Amino acid sequence: MSTETTASTGFVGWIDKRFPLTKVWNEHLAEYYAPKNFNFWYYFGSLALLVLVIQILTGIWLAMSYKPSAADAFASVEYIMRDVNWGWLIRYMHSTGASFFFIAVYLHMFRALMYGSYRKPRELLWIIGLIIYLAMMATAFFGYLLPWGQMSFWGAQVIVNLFAAVPGIGEELSVWVRGDYVISDATLNRFFAFHFLLPFVLAALVFLHIVALHKVGSNNPDGIEIKENKDEKGIPKDGIPFHPYYTVKDIVGIAVFLAVFSAVVFFAPDLGGLFLEAPNFQPANPLKTPEHIAPVWYFTPYYAMLRAVPPMFGSQFPGVVVMFAAILIMFLLPWLDRSPVKSVRYRGPLFKIALAVFAVSFVVLAYLGLQPASPVSTLMAQIFTVLYFAFFLLMPIYTKIDKTKPVPERVTK
Amino acid sequence: MRKLFVASLLLLAPVLAIAAGGHGVHLEDAGIDLADRESLQRGAKYFVNYCMGCHSMQYMRYNRMGEDLGIDEVSLRQNLILDGSKPGDLMNNAMRPEDGEKWFGTAVPDLTLVTRWRSPDWVFSYLKGFYRDEARPYGVNNLVFPEVGMPHVLAPLQGLQNPVFEEKQGPGGEAIKQVVGVEPGQSGSQSAEEYDLMVRDLTNFLTYAGEPMRLERQQLGIYVLLFLGLFFILAYALKKEYWKDVH
Repeated sequence: MSTETTASTGFVGWIDKRFPLTKVWNEHLAEYYAPKNFNFWYYFGSLALLVLVIQILTGIWLAMSYKPSAADAFASVEYIMRDVNWGWLIRYMHSTGASFFFIAVYLHMFRALMYGSYRKPRELLWIIGLIIYLAMMATAFFGYLLPWGQMSFWGAQVIVNLFAAVPGIGEELSVWVRGDYVISDATLNRFFAFHFLLPFVLAALVFLHIVALHKVGSNNPDGIEIKENKDEKGIPKDGIPFHPYYTVKDIVGIAVFLAVFSAVVFFAPDLGGLFLEAPNFQPANPLKTPEHIAPVWYFTPYYAMLRAVPPMFGSQFPGVVVMFAAILIMFLLPWLDRSPVKSVRYRGPLFKIALAVFAVSFVVLAYLGLQPASPVSTLMAQIFTVLYFAFFLLMPIYTKIDKTKPVPERVTK
Repeated sequence: MRKLFVASLLLLAPVLAIAAGGHGVHLEDAGIDLADRESLQRGAKYFVNYCMGCHSMQYMRYNRMGEDLGIDEVSLRQNLILDGSKPGDLMNNAMRPEDGEKWFGTAVPDLTLVTRWRSPDWVFSYLKGFYRDEARPYGVNNLVFPEVGMPHVLAPLQGLQNPVFEEKQGPGGEAIKQVVGVEPGQSGSQSAEEYDLMVRDLTNFLTYAGEPMRLERQQLGIYVLLFLGLFFILAYALKKEYWKDVH
């Protein structure tokens, strides 16, 4: 397909004899053909990558002044906020970045649901993406303990106690995770170690995600395989080189995204308690439980599910199972979908309704997870948990019987 | 797709309905103004004189406060550093957590970040919310912080308010007396307006202390957004130019 894979002269030629620089550049940018009909939803992949870079850079600079010890952690964060030059900016970028990472990834995942980007031949791409999501959640969870505020401490306490609900080995398992009988200095130290390590694992996973993407090619809003329609040179007729077309387009997306991001960083870094929770401005106090413990918003859908499941035989374990199942079930998605078409554009009403119900369920559960539990909210959480799972479990049925529209040969505008 | 979006919003309606029901005590608007340096200076003076005996401000340095509030080092040393600390020191005090537990039943909280984990309005209402309650160890209780351990340090200024009760139905249907507000009682050295002003200055200062860079942050934010606006225009023009040949 490609004409030139090496330069023969000059500096680049010297490099190319020793490292496939031109080849990599062409394969992944200049001669990687992406469908020309990407829409708004296709910005969030590159934006998620941008936030990962922001998080790693700000994180390294934070680590230069942060002290991972129970005695000093809280004060060292305030030291960064007050005494380190631009420390407040680096810290707010990092705390805001955590939330924006999830916003970008959730929209990126929703895009995949809409246009069937998880379908054959992109099953592995989807699975690697889900592993990235899991790694992100782990990173965020470890990171949230580090400021050593009240919510850091009690949030970690609640989550680590979930391991204690595992029958038989639970108690020992939770001690093994904490390195102590309570969340303590030992826990903080190991969480810091993991929080520093995982972003690099994340970067490696992102690399694999892109390798897999470039093997199968990008999907598009029409759910058509552009590789099936090539010109005489072997270039997809509906494809355009990623560079320069999508690089310049993504830069526009980055400008808009950074404006929204900056609006939060500079004008509302705690976003009314949603990005930085108020109780976390008090140092961790193992003797004083906050009135209401809620994880940060990006975990609350699962937290709501956890609380929605009533304890059985005096154990929280069923709730823990449901919570993890809610994430693991996504791995099955490529095989649950039996529709002959990929994109929502050519699907029938059943899938559209199911997708809308799923999206609403996720948002409602996120909201409910932020609120103190009440009988009404628990009932609603139960209903929406069922709807969440119904989207997956009933998928083989409704995608099969759903009416579909004919898919065009070539991509549409 | 659009119809579906509207339908989705309708599905959300019952949840929004629960969200609308508010609860908790009514807080007064503190009306803080971080650009009002004189108010902040007065607030710093009140804090050092009335609060700092028990409450530390352990993440704040004297000289940072001086710089931000426009207080030179000489008057910083004369008026605001009462324990011989150096200007570069953190604003600690001699109170030990054990002492607080012995005297007030709980360790005295540091106030550097109090407006961030409570809120400026909460602090303002709290400082105005003390009322006479002989059942409490220090003879006072508080509207926004029931069963508070702290004595009413500012009573010589504000005086001592009396509680206003209302008969309410208890959970078992029995009549209970509940405090719903306060009325002026024994008067202090300040009028109600003077006290409001003082407490507002104090709240203003505590809000500053919770995030000393707040004004700087907002100022910088405007420049950043202006830059990004300009950058967007250029990026968009570039994109348009490149995409001319994509059909």
